[in-house]
Amino acid sequence: MLALTQLYTILHKDLLQELRSKEIVTTMLVFSLTVVVIFNFVFDPGSAEMRATAPGILWVAFVFASNLGLSRSFAREQENSMMHGLLLCPVDRSLLFTAKVIGNILFITLVEIVTLPVMVIFFDLEVGRLWPLLLAILLLGTAGFATVGTIFSAISANTRSREVMLPIMLFPVTVPIILAAIKSTSYLLAGRELADIWPWLRLLIGFDVLYFFVCFLLYEYVVEE
Amino acid sequence: MKSIKPLYFTLAVLTFILMEGALYMAFLHAPTERTMGDVQRIFYFHVPSAWVSFLAFFVVCIASIAFLRTGKAAWDRLAASSAGIGLLFITLVLVTGPLWAKPVWNVYWTWDARLTTSLILWLIYLAYLMVRSYTSDPERGAKFAAVFGIIGFLDVPIVYMSIRWWRTLHPAPVIGGGGGLAPEMKAALFFSLFAFTVLYITLLLLSFRIRSMEQKIQALKHNS
Repeated sequence: MLALTQLYTILHKDLLQELRSKEIVTTMLVFSLTVVVIFNFVFDPGSAEMRATAPGILWVAFVFASNLGLSRSFAREQENSMMHGLLLCPVDRSLLFTAKVIGNILFITLVEIVTLPVMVIFFDLEVGRLWPLLLAILLLGTAGFATVGTIFSAISANTRSREVMLPIMLFPVTVPIILAAIKSTSYLLAGRELADIWPWLRLLIGFDVLYFFVCFLLYEYVVEE
Repeated sequence: MKSIKPLYFTLAVLTFILMEGALYMAFLHAPTERTMGDVQRIFYFHVPSAWVSFLAFFVVCIASIAFLRTGKAAWDRLAASSAGIGLLFITLVLVTGPLWAKPVWNVYWTWDARLTTSLILWLIYLAYLMVRSYTSDPERGAKFAAVFGIIGFLDVPIVYMSIRWWRTLHPAPVIGGGGGLAPEMKAALFFSLFAFTVLYITLLLLSFRIRSMEQKIQALKHNS
């Protein structure tokens, strides 16, 4: 019970900080919309190709935007030595990690929920009756990406080049999550049956669990003084 | 330190002889492949390079785990040395592959699961070395690199599988040829694999020694 309270307190602090500054969500949102607009120039308007590649574009936008937000996640704590304060808290490090992961998932999901309808309108997509499933895919893809992203964010915040290091580490490692997320999204938007989508969804869940487990084990070596 | 020197010397001479032997096996002992011609001989360097890179990355992972558990700097030096060599050999894989593929497949590159995985592997270990060198505090850099080295290696089979599932039209194993190898070809391949493994060990020991010396010099600098 105490753990839950502590988790909530750290999470609350991150959310409050974001609510006051709005720097992470706003920049991510504008960025992901920009990516969507840029990609529109790749195809002839209204062509079949555009719809077929929409899931890929969607995830590229999300992944790029997430990278932007994730890089701030720990870099922000470096200002005014806030990281020292966090580490001095009588809280288990794993809770710190979990709170950061949840916070990042929330921020990224918020951006996705705004970008998705825009995508649907711009690229003339048919979501259909399976829209709750689409949300589930978004959440699962985001969870995996944010988990690995959080631990790498803690690393990159301590490197000399900061923000630049994060995508270099993050993108190659998260290829499986991105692939599974794009595949299940594209099957869903193409109106395929649940039986076709399920294997990819299962993979996505499997990757999420695996990455969370590994990152959870390794986190304590990254965050310390 | 002096007593180890003969070991390095012997190993270097042995590696030299074995590598010359591998050249002989690849160019003279192994017959010319019927359909692909002489270009197929690159196979005797391509496959051993791939093997060495996987071996090297495996060593990185094991040494990283050992480093995080024990905190001994020697494990970190081993991991860093092995990563550098692994990166060198995976680069050789990425160079020799297209050289062979152009005349045989008529393209330099296809986004096949193995090719894509090798490329991603290359990117991961490039990042590994960058994390290490871009962290100002070497001790923290070592820890970061170890964490990244473990995640990166565990990722390799998952990346491979996911790309394989992603491209369901992927042709059955294109590289390697399976059981269709002539006995002389097999002999050349296995000899080359052995020679490259010894080369890896030699390079690893030398690189490890250089890193140890570097650390000693750093320590001396700090003391004076």
